[in-house]
Amino acid sequence: MDVNPKAPAPFPGEVIQTPGGGILVSRMDQVINWARSNSLWPLVFGTSCCAIEMMSTAAAKYDWSRFGFEVARATPRQADVIIIAGTIVNKMAPVLKRLYDQMAEPKYVIAMGACATSGGPFFYNTYSVVKGADHIIPVDVYIAGCPPRPEALIHAMLSLQEKIKSGMTREQIKMEKPEQSF
Amino acid sequence: MTREELQNSLPDLAPGATFEEGGEWLNMNVTAESWKAVSHALKFTAGFDFDYLFCLTCVDWKTHLTMVYHLTSTTHRHNMVVKIKLDRTKPEVETVCDTWRTAEFHEREVFELFGVVFLNHPDLRNLILPDVWDGFPLRKDYEDPINMIKL
Amino acid sequence: MIEEVATTEQGDLVINIGPQHPATHGVLHLVITLNGETIKKVEPHLGYIHRSIEKMCESLSYRQFIYVTSRMDYLSSHINNHACAMLVEKGMQIEIPERAQYIRVIMDELTRIASHQLWWGAMGMDIGAFTPFFLAFREREMINSIMEETCGARLTMNYMVPGGVMADIHPNFCRTVKEFITHFKSKIDEYDTLLTGNVIFQNRMKGVGILSKEDAISFGCSGPVARASGVKCDIRKLYPYEVYDKVNFEEILATEGDSFARYNVRLLEMRESMRIIEQLIDNIPEGDIQAKTKAVLKLPKGEFYTRIETARGEFGIYVVSEGGTTPYRIKFRSPGFSNLSALDHMVRGQKLGDMVAIMGTLDLVIPDIDR
Repeated sequence: MDVNPKAPAPFPGEVIQTPGGGILVSRMDQVINWARSNSLWPLVFGTSCCAIEMMSTAAAKYDWSRFGFEVARATPRQADVIIIAGTIVNKMAPVLKRLYDQMAEPKYVIAMGACATSGGPFFYNTYSVVKGADHIIPVDVYIAGCPPRPEALIHAMLSLQEKIKSGMTREQIKMEKPEQSF
Repeated sequence: MTREELQNSLPDLAPGATFEEGGEWLNMNVTAESWKAVSHALKFTAGFDFDYLFCLTCVDWKTHLTMVYHLTSTTHRHNMVVKIKLDRTKPEVETVCDTWRTAEFHEREVFELFGVVFLNHPDLRNLILPDVWDGFPLRKDYEDPINMIKL
Repeated sequence: MIEEVATTEQGDLVINIGPQHPATHGVLHLVITLNGETIKKVEPHLGYIHRSIEKMCESLSYRQFIYVTSRMDYLSSHINNHACAMLVEKGMQIEIPERAQYIRVIMDELTRIASHQLWWGAMGMDIGAFTPFFLAFREREMINSIMEETCGARLTMNYMVPGGVMADIHPNFCRTVKEFITHFKSKIDEYDTLLTGNVIFQNRMKGVGILSKEDAISFGCSGPVARASGVKCDIRKLYPYEVYDKVNFEEILATEGDSFARYNVRLLEMRESMRIIEQLIDNIPEGDIQAKTKAVLKLPKGEFYTRIETARGEFGIYVVSEGGTTPYRIKFRSPGFSNLSALDHMVRGQKLGDMVAIMGTLDLVIPDIDR
């Protein structure tokens, strides 16, 4: 939604762009965002206890495939969202960065549990824990809990879906400059 | 064998060993030089048969380090603890990998966390810390102002 | 004898598995040297979840360090907490009331069943069958709901405290546990039909990954891995604690030592656990659930060691105390650490697909190994 820099200089008056682009582009944006949010494939990335609650969410009682997260891929090349379930330690940090870099745009990150949010129960007096996964990669949604219930994880996934549908990037939400198309 | 019987018959296997009072099981102190022969004797002498090493660790008393080995026998069901006192500046002791194969991993862990060098170990390198790590984390004088946030 | 370290010759392929691979086992990095598809050497690289728990516990009090052990072997979290509570009680000579002992044993056995259920589901998924995963979680959710009613949490419940248990059992507890047992008895026969009797499964597991009895003892293996090779090592029988000396149950032993034997040992252990619960659930005595303890706990000067039988093997805690409120040195002897050291010995000469089956039967939980 940039102002077109190639507007001819001696034009009388000023060009006011429709926020969100023209009518065709904004409708297409809505459809694309809707499609993206309803078919996010998570990457299988569980380091410790939160991985068990993630597996419970994938199983039959709290099924996450109802919301489109049907196929959990093992390779980052085919995944859309990485759910960091568990503690990140110094030795694992480069691996996480490499996985994130290997994912294709648009990619999203959910930090599940207290350990991925801020180091969690391992915050004080540890020499090897990274105090929060957002020291390594940018995070979209944080979930509290140790471990969070499967319902909390599903709530986080739905919040991520809403965030995608609204069309705002992380930076835009931070600076509170919404350029919503609806 | 009961604790008294062990205490009476062990000096034949380990001359020069001293025993401690108290504790749940018999505690025997040996020197680092004699450990190889003593460990071999403990496993293979009939009547003792300490074939199961279930805990191998090190304790940092601020003046010296102590290696602690917990042994048990699957046939006679007696337990004992062997301790070896090591010099803090140059801690070295013989490996027991050829007697009890579980020591391979345990000794690597003690090597990286305390700095004890195990002579004749087949593969002595870092196990759970990254390959290059400064200092020995579990020693009492380990300072890490960047990573460790004190309560 | 230390075996010759396999040398890398021309034409050998070195591949990596992990640390990020389908999240059943955790973050384990294996460097495998292959000659064609036959494995020459497997080298585990650990430390991708090393959270420096032993250093951290040196600044936690004796009531606080219990929560950390839940997170180590999170599938047997009750049993790990039980070991911590037993350690403090042993050091301070506290007697716990009988009601608390019964509740502790029932919770332990339910945790053991839940851990084996998840193992069975993950094992099926590793071999390539996806249905067992969903069936195992369906039953595991029943245990999780029972735990949630009484303890408040599904996975990491800090329910055992030094002196007893934290809160009394829910009034529905006995009824829901009995319903679960009746339901699960029919389901475990379904498990047998699906996997145990399956010809493909048996061909993949029989004769694969043989561990002899001497090797199991030398490697320090414990739990179902050692019992499938004929080693009698069930702590509940050898050094009985709580009310295990009052219940009738058998120690499951097998002699072949291959993957199928380890599989069968765990399935039969689930049945034995149900038998223990049935004997105890109707006879929980009335009384207190917690003995009176001081607010600040201090272990006397000395060294203490407790051991307990988790779903994976012998879990031991060794504490050196200087008389203060925090431990001077604490060491957790985890069962997976020793079981993993036997992996290299078991897979030499086998194919890559067999290695996946063997790792499944070892039932490793990596945070338990790395601490």
